[in-house]
Amino acid sequence: MTIPNTFPITEDLIASHGLKPDEYQRILDLIGREPSFTELGIFSAMWNEHCSYKSSKKWLRTLPTTGPRVIQGPGENAGVVDIGDGDCVVFKMESHNHPSYIEPYQGAATGVGGILRDVFTMGARPIAAMNALRFGAPDHAKTRHLVAGVVAGVGGYGNSFGVPTVGGEVEFDARYNGNCLVNAFAAGLAKSDAIFLSEAKGVGLPVVYLGAKTGRDGVGGATMASAEFDESIEEKRPTVQVGDPFTEKCLLEACLELMQTGAVIAIQDMGAAGLTCSAVEMGAKGDLGIELDLDKVPVREANMSAYEMMLSESQERMLMVLDPSREDEAKAIFVKWGLDFAIVGHTTDDLRFRVLHQGEEVANLPIKDLGDQAPEYDRPWREPGRFSPLPASDVAEPEDYGAALLTLVGSANNCSRRWVWEQYDTLIQGNSLQLPGGDAGVVRVEGHDTKALAFSSDVTPRYVEADPFEGGKQAVAECWRNLTATGAEPLASTDNLNFGNPERPEIMGQLVKAIEGIGEACRALDFPIVSGNVSLYNETNGEGILPTPTIGGVGLIPDWTQMARIGTGNPGDSVILIGRDGSHLGQSIYMRDCLDRAEGPPPEVDLLEERRNGDFVRSVIRNGQATACHDLSSGGLALALAEMAMASDHGMDIDLSACQGPSHALLFGEDQARYVITVPADLANYVMVSAEGAGVPFRQLGTVSGASLKIGSLFDIAVSRLRDSHESWFPAFMDGTLAPAAE
Amino acid sequence: MKAAVVLLPGLNRDRDMIAALTRINGAAPQTIWQTETEIADDIDLIVIPGGFSYGDYLRCGAIAARMPVIRAVAEKAARGVRVIGVCNGFQILLEAGLLPGALMRNASLKFVCREIKLEVGNAETVFTSGYAKGQVIRCPVAHHDGNYFTDPETLKSIEDNGQVAFRYAEGTNPNGSLNDIAGIVNKAGNVLGLMPHPENLIEAAHGGIDGRALFESALGAAA
Repeated sequence: MTIPNTFPITEDLIASHGLKPDEYQRILDLIGREPSFTELGIFSAMWNEHCSYKSSKKWLRTLPTTGPRVIQGPGENAGVVDIGDGDCVVFKMESHNHPSYIEPYQGAATGVGGILRDVFTMGARPIAAMNALRFGAPDHAKTRHLVAGVVAGVGGYGNSFGVPTVGGEVEFDARYNGNCLVNAFAAGLAKSDAIFLSEAKGVGLPVVYLGAKTGRDGVGGATMASAEFDESIEEKRPTVQVGDPFTEKCLLEACLELMQTGAVIAIQDMGAAGLTCSAVEMGAKGDLGIELDLDKVPVREANMSAYEMMLSESQERMLMVLDPSREDEAKAIFVKWGLDFAIVGHTTDDLRFRVLHQGEEVANLPIKDLGDQAPEYDRPWREPGRFSPLPASDVAEPEDYGAALLTLVGSANNCSRRWVWEQYDTLIQGNSLQLPGGDAGVVRVEGHDTKALAFSSDVTPRYVEADPFEGGKQAVAECWRNLTATGAEPLASTDNLNFGNPERPEIMGQLVKAIEGIGEACRALDFPIVSGNVSLYNETNGEGILPTPTIGGVGLIPDWTQMARIGTGNPGDSVILIGRDGSHLGQSIYMRDCLDRAEGPPPEVDLLEERRNGDFVRSVIRNGQATACHDLSSGGLALALAEMAMASDHGMDIDLSACQGPSHALLFGEDQARYVITVPADLANYVMVSAEGAGVPFRQLGTVSGASLKIGSLFDIAVSRLRDSHESWFPAFMDGTLAPAAE
Repeated sequence: MKAAVVLLPGLNRDRDMIAALTRINGAAPQTIWQTETEIADDIDLIVIPGGFSYGDYLRCGAIAARMPVIRAVAEKAARGVRVIGVCNGFQILLEAGLLPGALMRNASLKFVCREIKLEVGNAETVFTSGYAKGQVIRCPVAHHDGNYFTDPETLKSIEDNGQVAFRYAEGTNPNGSLNDIAGIVNKAGNVLGLMPHPENLIEAAHGGIDGRALFESALGAAA
């Protein structure tokens, strides 16, 4: 049976492929004729926002992407950073927002699968994963369903694949009611001289298809992910892929085994836009043409059309250019792991992307225009408005400070995430040194006695909404700070930019200014962006999400025996604040959760101060002087002290009388560049003199003692009571037993 | 003593187990691939590690239990060779009929990864001789289907025979197992299955070494 490739190309068909009239005109100009149905699908897959970055490319180019340790920056499957001794860390973060909202389990699962594949495609064995998740308001009808499905999906894939999930974020806000965010991060270890890239080299070489068979799932997924949602969302479920972590685990082992033989010339995973995107990228990057014969593609279903095969987003597939003399050796490895191995085409020298099906040429397109020369826009953007300053004196003090702290500790956004991360395997591989619940996840580097890597994922969307530039800076600074708080040297980062519809100038303005802020902070902190992903059109019925540029960072700990945790302070230790006294309440969670106000500018990030204070804290940790360390972020000093007390199960006796300013600003102010450290009492003076010498502000706050957190005469709360409040919200919310008053 | 680790597609704590055995035994264990039908005579301890063999798509351990290599393991077990199945390995031993009972989905219906407490139920097996009876140790779990179940007669017999090697202690049963059962041995005492992961608690980097004595016992005391 011949499967037709000829459908009339109507205006509706073009629009349903997400192509604008001017983009279609560009296609006509490029190829000088009307495209075939399959060709229209290919253009749609390559030119959508998700694959082409057409709205963001101009601005992404301004980000710092190089550094002495950077081996591979953006543009490949993942970034690569040198960690010494011939080893490197390979990492990236990527969104799976749209599919996860439509089908939470599979959407999240395949998000994890996709990012793991990006990492092992480069030749790295995945060693750590994180997930930054954002959901609608807790009382929104869909939220619990999405939380349950997404968390189970993340765990279902990562646990089965066998990578420890060591960190992440979970946040609730009504602005995510119509679009949840699932940002998946993965990192792997590789040898610096054995990194695999997607650039094809050599004419007439076999293009090999590896992994699972191609089915009809996920057809048009990337185009779906480049559009807003409306009431017809349920109809989009077939565009979501279905994950198979077992096959992915086999694919990992087979790929790493094959890479060791030296037979692989280029390799690219099939992610968004499947076969189309992987083939075009390999060819376009290598300045080569590619010819594919779809009759050779392993398929799961009969009678698939060329269009479906080219746009399928079936998971766990790879495309590879192979050294032809090693074909038998390569095939044997894939047969051993029970995976498909098929030569489906070859490289050519004519820079055309040609697709054959049932003896007919169903596509013949210029490969460079599909790939690295895809359209690019300079979209109009509007400078965001700014809040005028909000002095602490304009913000009410709580009547009861203890009650305010208990509210924050047990709130939807600051309570313990144990319910989530206990569904993730955090221990597999036997190298996890710090689990979720601290400042950063830490994983030992296999094969080294002392080396470890720290991972953190951060952004404060309410800050970005209030001031995209400062918010962008803060996301980077907080990530850098969280890594520093373990004693790690922050090496490099990955950005996952989640925004609304870029065709709206105010949204484009958020994106432009946030990127500007991210770039400034990354330059000042020597924290280059080596990989990333942009997710736009996170809107439903015209309302966009909070702008959410998630930053995933990696840091290096040379000796993990000199590493800090948040809960390891000992009774009698001195508690020292590093950084200024708290003063800034604008956009704080104290205002949001206790006063129901979202006003004022976010805290400014002084990047010089950030660096100076962070470098000092890192030196204290590495000198073995700090028994515990925690960075200050949402909730300020009060929440940081409470979290340290809960984690250590020791109380603290704190006196703020030497600090300057009103108590609510001292306790709940979210000023940046700050940490709390605990040091043995006999070292306290030495550490404070060192701080003074380094020009770093500090305050001796008190001592670790007793079983309650006591702050002067303001409150004295048992650590067990803090913990009850901290641990109870999430399970109660998910069980549906949350007392209405607590919401 | 010589140890071997069974490798099946989808198992994923194989590397953890190989690292633990190497560290404790001083030599890397031999590995046995799914298609192998014979296990060398000089192997004293066979370990089936954790993971999701064949994706656990039919029922945990069900496909694995029907592979040739597991038949070879059963033959060795019948001849008295020591066998340990951890997590998915335990599920496989149950599916293969080497141990009595079944592991159902956790009572919470969710995957659970956390540290729990284990009480040593019988310190006289070759796997637990490094512990004292009633000793409580720390150990992590990480599983979706660890809820041990069996009929009342079998339960009575394994209790009466002292076949319960480990029990969840101090209210930390993470999965709803009958009688807090975390690990059992066969009647002959040479096959152990357990859900927790002692291989993830054997060195300072793991934050404790409570799992070490299990492997030391299994590897050490043999003739």
